[in-house]
Amino acid sequence: MSYPRNKIADLVDGTIDRDTLHRMQSTPKDPERFETYRAILQERVPWEDHIILPLGPKLYIVQEKDTHHWVVKSEAGHVFCDYRENWKLHAVVHVRDTQEALDEVYPKLMAPSAGWQTIREYYCPLSGDLLDVEAPTEWYPVIHDFEPDIEAFYEQWLRLPVPERA
Amino acid sequence: MNQPEHVKTTNQTQGIVRGGETLKAHRDRIMADTRQSRHYAGLETLELRDKHPILYNKLFSRLRAGVVDARETAKRIAASPIVEQEGELCFTLYNAAGDSILTSTGIIIHVGTMGAAIKYMIENDWESNPGVNDKDIFCNNDSLIGNVHPCDIHTIVPIFHQGELIGWVGGVTHVIDTGAVGPGSMATGQVQRFGDGYSITCRKVGADDTLFRDWLHESQRMVRTTRYWMLDERTRVAGCHMIRQLVEDVIAEEGIDAYWKFAYEAVEHGRIGLQNRIKAMTIPGKYRQVGFVDVPYDHEDVRVPSDFAKVDTIMHAPSEMTIRPDGTWKLDFEGASRWGWHTYNAHQVSFTSGIWVMMTQTLIPSEMINDGAAYGTEFRLPKGTWMNPDDRRVAFSYSWHFLVSSWTALWRGLSRSYFGRGYLEEVNAGNANTSNWLQGGGFNQYDEIHAVNSFECAANGIGASAYADGLSHAAAIWNPEGDMGDMEIWELAEPLIYLGRQIKASSGGSGKYRGGCGWESLRLVWNAKDWSMFFMGNGHISSDWGLMGGYPAASGYRFAAHDTNLEQLIAEGKPIPLGGDIDPGNPVYESLIPDAKIKRDKQAITTEEMYKDYDLYLNTMKGGPGFGDPLDRDPHSVVADLEGGYVLPRFADSIYGVVVRENSDGFYTLDEAATTARRQEIRKQRLERAVPTREWMAHERQKIIDKRASTQVQQMFAASFKLGPRFYADFKAFWELPDEWELNEEEIGIPHYGSRYHMDLSELPDVHTVQFVEE
Repeated sequence: MSYPRNKIADLVDGTIDRDTLHRMQSTPKDPERFETYRAILQERVPWEDHIILPLGPKLYIVQEKDTHHWVVKSEAGHVFCDYRENWKLHAVVHVRDTQEALDEVYPKLMAPSAGWQTIREYYCPLSGDLLDVEAPTEWYPVIHDFEPDIEAFYEQWLRLPVPERA
Repeated sequence: MNQPEHVKTTNQTQGIVRGGETLKAHRDRIMADTRQSRHYAGLETLELRDKHPILYNKLFSRLRAGVVDARETAKRIAASPIVEQEGELCFTLYNAAGDSILTSTGIIIHVGTMGAAIKYMIENDWESNPGVNDKDIFCNNDSLIGNVHPCDIHTIVPIFHQGELIGWVGGVTHVIDTGAVGPGSMATGQVQRFGDGYSITCRKVGADDTLFRDWLHESQRMVRTTRYWMLDERTRVAGCHMIRQLVEDVIAEEGIDAYWKFAYEAVEHGRIGLQNRIKAMTIPGKYRQVGFVDVPYDHEDVRVPSDFAKVDTIMHAPSEMTIRPDGTWKLDFEGASRWGWHTYNAHQVSFTSGIWVMMTQTLIPSEMINDGAAYGTEFRLPKGTWMNPDDRRVAFSYSWHFLVSSWTALWRGLSRSYFGRGYLEEVNAGNANTSNWLQGGGFNQYDEIHAVNSFECAANGIGASAYADGLSHAAAIWNPEGDMGDMEIWELAEPLIYLGRQIKASSGGSGKYRGGCGWESLRLVWNAKDWSMFFMGNGHISSDWGLMGGYPAASGYRFAAHDTNLEQLIAEGKPIPLGGDIDPGNPVYESLIPDAKIKRDKQAITTEEMYKDYDLYLNTMKGGPGFGDPLDRDPHSVVADLEGGYVLPRFADSIYGVVVRENSDGFYTLDEAATTARRQEIRKQRLERAVPTREWMAHERQKIIDKRASTQVQQMFAASFKLGPRFYADFKAFWELPDEWELNEEEIGIPHYGSRYHMDLSELPDVHTVQFVEE
């Protein structure tokens, strides 16, 4: 089963119709999805670096146009770091570790309790977009949540050429 | 038809298995062939499936339909609403080695747990004593050998053909009471197994298809809810016998050779299926995530028998998921915290088997759910952790407290891969912490000894996806067919009248797509005698993080009211609390019952508290976590949330940056221009208050060096450091701590019984435990 490009775009936009959505969820996956999806996202970003892998709605691993370095980059254009590093270490963060700060996000009594849990909000330094939220205890290391094996993914699973890496 | 080499029957020893092997020899051979060939039972080719695909699929379809039919039919025997309304039962068919071939719908975590019981019987030579014969009936609920918690009662029946054992069938129901220290199926008052209630280890409870009289007399007096107990057992026995008859019919029509091959090939088929799905849906690489839940026992309303259990602790489950280029994968829980003196521990089988419940809702949404997926996965659960305890005293009664919270992290890992590949329809930020559990007991409205466990939280909010909000008041991770049940049925089952059922506003995590909301019900105690109830859920910690900018789901709290004077207020026709506790920061209930004794706080775990008629109990159900930046949410969706009661008005502005005007008719009008400006303002505020991550890390590092953190946080890290040397080394490396920095439980100043001295079940004489994971 494959889907027209406009249906993949609808999925990205959150406007997918229920019938197509049901087919997507209940039938075998369309292996060509990645290429279509990647191309749709590429058209939408305001920069010309080649998207290698989307990490979030506003976060990507890209091949920099001029250097061919693989880096983590936000939609707003901030380059965080090499794609193998934890981008959150290169972001800006707001940590909610007091009850007052936690209660800003939830109704009273429905927020986590200070001393038990914190909320860490990682923003894009250029736009202020909220890219990730962690909710660990105090002292918890910043989690390096994803280290993709991009070469194996492209070459062995998708049978696609791996973008050049400087 | 040729017999595959590896599942040939043999006559090497005189046993009961088809061909003459003993149960132990048979399983040993299957396992040896699996290890050697890396294919289940050494089946490098699936002869029946490949050469006779129509027959293979016919066998699968008929057997699968049969086990589902048995579940649907048998559950009508049960009187317990947990079984009859919520569908808390499951039937599974096993091959002779105790590996599941296929299962029904329902609480499919027990695919593994009942298999573990069969394997325990095999490894401990039940074949010679007490003997395994045609028409025997066995009962098990022992959590030390793989069950989730004692209230899940297994009935296991061997299946024979022409005098030889060819497999097993197991049926499970979640009973409403097991005679634990406190009433209700998942009690909190005990801190050791000995208070968990009736525990049965693979006991032969019947022969010639008849339950033994001593078993019937003993078992019914071991629990509070005798009638439910007995009818639940009849439900399980009936379902097992329906499935045994089905197998006999299938063999009569298709032949024993075909059935025997199918019983092993189906498992290998399941293993291959998982590997293919991993390659079709995910991205190779490493994924890391973590889950937490609170155990707030240093509180006056947690009445436990042992001083050493009166401590606040945090349960911890970090996980690293490695997906390899060949489609195999490993789940490593290095760094998990130690088991504790509470009822939230889990056996390695319930932990891993439960993960399949989750995977059937995402990675393997197939009808072919069997042990193949387990053979296709490498688990590492360090010994001594809460999910693989090393002490035979541990209690398990509410293992779900952290099972659901530890698995929810895996959704995030998998969802990163789905998102990267563009399979946005599969992204799920996580599940809800399925609570509160309203439990208790006493004498009910029928003047009988009774216990209750309201299963309303079988319908929680679920996590947001990358294309839409999570469903509200919808499901529970542990029962994909979850249902909140009918109020009228619960009122028949419990001496508790409904004063309201309502969506719980702002319980779903905020996000571009928000988590589904939970809900709440307000219950009035009515016609109860000598009655007690307690709360069971997460309060201080939200265990369900958001994804890619989404916020965690809200955490829980408790509300109870005693001495309400409601009898008089009702007689006088005055207003009384009705409906939901809409905004707990601005409570309405209290204003209507000003003289009542109120408990409204974050203590979401309690033990038995006395209630009498006209007292109130609020049962709040959790929402799911959110996805994406809330400022990217369609403002019209926020308006719909306001009008539907899914979000409190002040968060439309502060979290979503949406500016609205409330109309006189209760509807809202969006101010688009003001919304755009407000969102820009919030982004600016975010950057003003944020600091570079490394700058914050320098401050946090100093706190660690100074050992400034709450007792519960320090206890969690100390316990994890001891059991997870790699976690400890990584922690010290991340924070660049001096070599001499260390943290031990002994220095924190709270009791730490069990941290040094412990004794495992395997140390008992003549006990052979079965190890299912790398430890």
